Order: sequence, then C-alpha cells, then structure tokens
Amino acid sequence: MRELELYFGPQHLGMVGNFSITLKVEGDRILEATANPGYLHRGFEKLMEYRTWIQNFPMVCRINVIEPDSMEMVYAMAVEKLAKIEVPERANYIRAIVLELARVGSHLFGLWAYANMLGFDTVAQWAMYHRDLVLDLFEELVGGRVYHIYIWPGGVRRDFPEGFKDKIVTTLHAIGGCVPDYDATFFENRLFYERAKGIGKVTREEAKEMGATGQVLRATGMKYDIRKVEPYAAYDKVPWEVPTREDGDAFSRIWIVRDEMIESVHMIFKLLDKMPEGEVYNRIPNPFKWNIPKGEAYVRVESSRGELGLYLVSNGEDKPYRVHFRTPSYPHGLTVLEKALKNASIADVGNTMISLYVVAPEIDR
Amino acid sequence: MQSAKLKINKGSIFNPFKAIRFLFKKPKTLRYPFESKEPALRYRGFHLNDWDKCTGCGNCADICPNEAITMVEIPEIKPKPEEGIKNERPQLDYGRCCFCGLCVDICPPGCLRLSRDYFHIHFDTDTFVFIPKDEKTDEEHFLPEEKYSILQASLAHRKKDNEGFTSDLGYSLFEPERVPMPQVSPEERKLSFIEQVIGYSKEEAKKEASRCLECKLCEEACPAHLKISDYIRAIYEDKSDESLRKIFEDNPIPSICGRVCMKYCEEACSLSIRGEAVAVRWLKRFVADSIEDYKATLELKPAKPTGKQIAVIGAGPGGLSVAYFLRLKGHEVTVFDSLPGGGGMMRIGPPLYRLPLEAIDKDVNYLSSLGVEFKFSTTVGKDIRFEDIQKDYDAVYLGIGTTSSRSTRVKNTDKAVLALPFLSENKIGRQFKVGKEIIVIGGGNVAMDVAREALRLQHMQYPGEKVITKTVSLEDWNELPATEEEIEDGKAEGIQLNPAWGPKEVKLDETGEVKGLLCMKVKSVFDEQGRFSPTFYEEKEMFLEGDMVIEAIGQGADFSFLPENLMKKLEFTERRKVKVDEHGETSIPKVFAGGDIVNLNLDAVTAIADAKVAAEGIDKLLG
Repeated sequence: MRELELYFGPQHLGMVGNFSITLKVEGDRILEATANPGYLHRGFEKLMEYRTWIQNFPMVCRINVIEPDSMEMVYAMAVEKLAKIEVPERANYIRAIVLELARVGSHLFGLWAYANMLGFDTVAQWAMYHRDLVLDLFEELVGGRVYHIYIWPGGVRRDFPEGFKDKIVTTLHAIGGCVPDYDATFFENRLFYERAKGIGKVTREEAKEMGATGQVLRATGMKYDIRKVEPYAAYDKVPWEVPTREDGDAFSRIWIVRDEMIESVHMIFKLLDKMPEGEVYNRIPNPFKWNIPKGEAYVRVESSRGELGLYLVSNGEDKPYRVHFRTPSYPHGLTVLEKALKNASIADVGNTMISLYVVAPEIDR
Repeated sequence: MQSAKLKINKGSIFNPFKAIRFLFKKPKTLRYPFESKEPALRYRGFHLNDWDKCTGCGNCADICPNEAITMVEIPEIKPKPEEGIKNERPQLDYGRCCFCGLCVDICPPGCLRLSRDYFHIHFDTDTFVFIPKDEKTDEEHFLPEEKYSILQASLAHRKKDNEGFTSDLGYSLFEPERVPMPQVSPEERKLSFIEQVIGYSKEEAKKEASRCLECKLCEEACPAHLKISDYIRAIYEDKSDESLRKIFEDNPIPSICGRVCMKYCEEACSLSIRGEAVAVRWLKRFVADSIEDYKATLELKPAKPTGKQIAVIGAGPGGLSVAYFLRLKGHEVTVFDSLPGGGGMMRIGPPLYRLPLEAIDKDVNYLSSLGVEFKFSTTVGKDIRFEDIQKDYDAVYLGIGTTSSRSTRVKNTDKAVLALPFLSENKIGRQFKVGKEIIVIGGGNVAMDVAREALRLQHMQYPGEKVITKTVSLEDWNELPATEEEIEDGKAEGIQLNPAWGPKEVKLDETGEVKGLLCMKVKSVFDEQGRFSPTFYEEKEMFLEGDMVIEAIGQGADFSFLPENLMKKLEFTERRKVKVDEHGETSIPKVFAGGDIVNLNLDAVTAIADAKVAAEGIDKLLG
C-alpha cells in the first residue's frame, strides 16, 4: 500500500490549540507521527528577563491560558525561595483553594474538549457551563475570569470577599450535583468505553522514561503527585487521595480527570473548614528597589496536567537572569504523543492527543 | 478511588437519552445583550482616575509591565510643586493594557482605580488611547443608570458609580509607614539639652530609603532642588559616599539641614497622602553623620583661581552656600559674621536639643578646608565699615538674615524677654535665669523652640520643683504656624498651649515684677485678603499667671550697618523684603542678597536656593 504524509492541524477540526502533527500513514494506519510545535512561541522566558520581578507577575499566567494559577504559584514560590519571603498561613490555604478551583476549571475545560471531540456535545456544553461557574467564582475573588493575577510573591493579592466561602460551597455543590448526570451520559456510557478503551496506550515504563507526569503517569498505576511528593501551599494540612488507574489508555486518563475533580472538591471543603484567620500578604519590598540576592531555585507544583517546574536564576539584580519553565505538556505533546500514535488509526489522533491533555501554549511558551 | 467503582459493563447505550429531559428545562445560558450579567465587585475593567487627587507622580507608568501608561501634560491643570502636584496625568493605551491592576496597587494617592466597564466599540482604533477620568471629574461621559445604554457602551459612554478593583493600603506595593526614628523620651530629654533625635542606624536608614518610589515630586518641591531620589537610592545601595556627593551638588550644609530643614520635600512626598512621607531629612542627616571626613569622601577641589574677591556678610545657611558655590568656581571668598562661629541664625536659633554646635561646625569646617576665609566675631558696620568692604571686594553678598526680635508692644513689655537674645545666650553657654512659671507669646516654630528650651532650663534650675511653661498664640489649633511635630513634641514634654488668645497687658505686682499676662480672645487673625490683621473680643479676658514673659512673635532684619546713602538706594518690595533681580542682585550694583531678607519663606533651604541663584549671578557678573 502507498505511504502518505498527512498534516493534522493547526487548521483541523480534531485539533485543539495551535499545534500540528505530521502523520506518515499507510491506509488508515499511522506509521510515524511527528509533532510540530512552534506555532505559539511568544518568547515568555526571554521577555521575563527584561521585566522586573513584580512586572513578571502579571506575565506568567499568560503562558497557560487554561490554568493560569499554577503558573502564578510556581513563579511566586520561586521568588519567595530566592528572596526568602515568608507567606502567611491563611494565604497558603487560600492558595491551595484557588489552585484546586483552577484544577476543577481546567479539568472541566479538558472534559469539554474531549467530549466534544468524541461527539458528546451535550456533555461538552455542560462542562463548559460548569467551568463558567468556576470562572464566576474567580471573577468575584480576583476581578478577572481568565487571567487571575492573584497569587503573588508574599501571599495572595486580596483576601476573600465577604460571603465568599459560602459561594464556593454553593457553586461546588451545584457542579457536584451533576456528577450522576455526567456519569450516566458520559463516563458510564458504553460509547465512551468503546471509543476510549485501549486508545493511546502507554506503559508505566514508557511513561517514566519519557518524563510523563500527571494523569498520563497516574493512569499507568503510579501514585505520583507533586502535591504529595513535595507538598506546598496547604496540601499537607488536610487528608486527600491520589486517584490512579492501571491501563494507561485514554479511558483511564479521562476517568482520572473525573476522579481528580471530585477529590479536589472534597479537598476544597476540607481546606475551607480548616482555614485560619489572619493576614494573607506579607508586603514585598518596594518594586522599584527590589533586587533579589544572587541565587537559583527550582520549584515545582502539580498543575492540572502534571509536574510544572520553574528554574529561576537571579544575578542579584532587579530582573531575573534566566527563567525556564518545565511544562507537563512538553513531554506529553511531543514524545508521549509520537509514541502513542504509532500504529494508531487516523480517527484516533484527536482522541489520543486530547486524552493526553496537551495544551499547546505550554509547549511553546 | 479505584476501578471497583466502574460500572461500565452495566452501562447502557440508552444512558445518554437521560439527557433529553434537559430539553424541557430553562436554558442556563444568558440571552446577551438582552439579559445582562453584572461584573463582580472587584472586576478589573477600564481605568478610573480622580484628577483632583492624582498628583501626576507617574508611578503607574513606571510599574506598567506593558508600557501602556504614558504621563501626558494637561495644560488646564496648574502644577503646584510645593504641594507635590504635577500637571501630568496618566494616559492609557488599551491596545497594550493587560488589566493586571499593578498601577492600582502602586498608586500612592489611590486615585487610579479600575471600573467594571469592559466595552469599547468604535471604528477608530486611535480611540484606544485614552486619558481616564472618573465621574467626579467628568460628568459628561459617566452616566447614571437611566441614561446608559449598553448598545453605545464605550470609553466615552460609561456607567456612573461602577468601581471595580480599587486600591487597598493593606495590599499596596509601597510601604505606607516609615521606619520609626529613635528618640530620647520626653521625660528624659526635658531635663537637659541632650539631642532629642538619635538618628537612624545603617539598617534603619537603608530600610527607610527603600520606601522611596523615585517619583521626584520632592525634588520639585525643594526650593534648592536637591537630587533627593538619587541620594536616597545611593543610601539604599549602601553607598553613603555617593549619596553625600549628590547632596553636595546642591547643598553644602547637610549636617545642619539634616536636622532642622523645613522639609518641603516631605510635604510633597507622594507617600504622605495616605501614609507617612519618606523621612528625607533624617536620611540626609544619616549620610552627613555617617561620613566622618567630608573632604576625603567628596574630593572636591576649587577651580583654577580667578583672582576675584567676594565678600559674604553673614555665615548663615545662605552665606555658607554662596561661599561654597563661588569657592568651587575658583573665586576668593571671605565670610564676615558677628558671631564667634558659623551657622548664623542656625547657631543661635535652634536649641541644642535640635541642633548641636558640633553638627554646625562639621559643615563650616569643611567649607573652611576648601579655602573659604571666615572672619568671625566681626560685626560689619562696627568692626569694619561696609563701604570698605564694597571698595575692597569685587562683589558683596548680603546674607544677614532677620536678627532682631519683634515685640508685641503691649503694656509693660519692657519687662518681657525677647526670643533671640534668650535663645542665643543659652546657645553660647550663658544660661538665662528663668522663672518657675513662664509664658511664651507666639505660635510659630521659634516660640516652640523658646518654650521647650525654657522648660529644660526650669528643670535644670529648679530640679524636682513644680515648673510650668505655657504659650499663648493668636492662631487657633488648626492654624498654628509651628510644625505639627514641634507641637506634639512640646506637648509630650508638658508645654501648655493656649491658642486663639492675644496678649493685652503684662501685669506687674507691687514691686514691679511680672505676675502674669492678661489675654483677650481672638476673633480672627487674618483679614478677608488673607493678610495678618488680628481682631479681638476685647471683653473676653483671661489671666495667665507667670513670673516671666518671653515674646517670640517674629523677627526683622537689621540694616543699621548700611550707610545712609546706600540704604536710600536699596529698594524694597511691598512686603518689606529686599528687591533682587533674577540673578539675586539688589538695586545697589555688585551687591547681591538672599535668604530671610529677600524671601517670605524664613528657612535655611530657601536661603540655599537663593544662594545658588546669587552665586551664578555673581560668577556671571565677574565673568
């Protein structure tokens, strides 16, 4: 049979984001897949070298549109580590709550993309609507729906507004109340099972070898979560579970997304109960005279897609000397994807890619 | 959380049809724009700026990560440098703005806020560049609910009272509180002339210096335009020597000014609006005190000798400064002063607890090491004739200050003591014999100096006994001319203030000794034009007991050293000040003047500013 080269994306219905894959196919079977990043390269890491420590704070969130909070968190943590800034206890709780809310919002967005791709339009619409409810919460807390610009070095930018705790609980109950609907229409649906089972399979060894983290790794049965391995914010203050599955395929990964959302919601309730009163911000030095002592730091958080790391170097000046992000989509979208697509059928490209939760802006930065 | 929960095999292909029931429910989506959704209270939308509160400091433009803010000059606004107000206001480019709100968190007056508006519909992209105002300053474009239509929403069609993300001092990017200055407690300091202010340590100074936002409003407010933000930055960077060099570019007496400057800079400091101003004066003092040897640090050398000779009459701040600037230009400068040391009014006026003599001598000695010749204890008009000076020197600078105290001239004031003789006697070391109950007439800084000094003398002369010092002033609490700091410190030491009372008569007992002051209630101090013209309720009287009265109501200049023919030539302004041209030259050729005899601000830094002008003028004149 004749070999063909096909271009999948960036203008392709099955593609989410500015990303493309070149497929070498024989009939319906993919012989080789080559991921093409670079459509969304904005040069953030370089731009950050030209901005002061505080000016980078509204910038980092833009690297990942879907879940800006973990970006802000990782930057704040790195700066705090270099400049030796303490964070008040209440701010740690607020940070954890915000990060978990962001995880729920991000997972709902992922569910929208996945369900949409499979043709489950109803579920996709629900997920988008419920994500909007989470964004409403963010709007009230931080003043912005998408770019939150909230977690900054020294704590968080404002305390909870009045009655915000209750609002979180009400909203999460509203979303949680729909879990049976989601299950009936999607997760326990035979069609989803048939379409996702065994698709994009990665073994645990392969996943580890390729640097996969997050759901991709946990779907192979490995209990690995930075929030447990190296707890930050208030993740060590309340009990919670890391959901895992064994099969390493798209089906397991999407189920983990579901379980994680539920776990996050429970965690938020526990954090809200335990949250102390007090300050939420230790004032940072005057931003026009803020030189951070010479040094380097690597910090990492568990974003909704896996390990997000930041390597930050200060030369003792008012701007970073070097910034480098380790984003989870990078290995997922390049190496894991190429591996998982080998011998797959063309119809499963979108399925595999979206189940790997690849977010193009993270790859390119 | 494990697969045990999975029920897939039981799952039916008909499961999705359960979703059909949603067809009969009310949709969750909004029918926009017919159904609108209010943005949250903290929403970060378009900017609002209260022009009346905005100082034009430009911190918003400096912090903006996208350079979306430019400060533009607004011709309608009158700049008021002394109040720290520029005629610039921020202009936003919404093609660049990312609505992060850092500008809001850095805004010192808190006038820049974000609204909950987020619509701008226009065919012209130039309209994205916009100078924000708010409903207080722009009624035309901020409309009440009934006049607002979402279909016309734009930057020029906005809702009134629609504030979103606003400034909160608890989360501001600047530090509103200053590093407290260590001071000797009122109980301890009132017993002696120990210097009240201890001075910052290196760490404290660095921390205080780090608060400065470098908006430079202070530099415009300072009469001598010192490069304040530069020298404060140098302190922050641990470079005291660099800082001292910056100060000496405009001010040769930092040790004096660092203690007693009237600190116009701090009045204008943008941080003072909602917090405490940067302690500019104390930081200058820190630099002056931390450097032992000015000469080794500054490495300043006079220019090539010009052979020109200049006489400076009066070694006060103005005289010292003019001598310094001219000496650096290579001229020979001789300073005459009737006192035994330099400093002029600084030597006799400010009490020792505010300005010790060593601090003055440190500055004066440095000038003398530069080659300025000082002739102390030399009274012009008595020890040397003014005409001779005029003849022997190429130019003369009059920095004589206001050295004669005025009296209220109410009945029996011949029994009262005048402020300046009182202060200067004590300063030179001959303690004035004080009474146990002293009444000081006056409400200005000199009156506070006199009162606080008198209190110390009482404690020293009558240890353990009950002593009282009180002041009487025409001005009421809210208009007292003394600085708040002086009033608070005085009150803490136990001075009793009686504002809004005017002296009527000094009462004497049978032996002719002072027994008290009869006062009358003040109706108003100033007339409608704002001129000093007090009126009283003659019938509302109060008698203050006391065995000593000191008058501290102001000073005048003493021109008795000028020969009659020159005095006639010397022109004065309407406010009885010496008239000078833009180079500081008086109506007598080659005679320049500055300081208290020229301007209405009676303080050191203004005298320095005058000296800078006159030094340039003299240098130009001599070519």
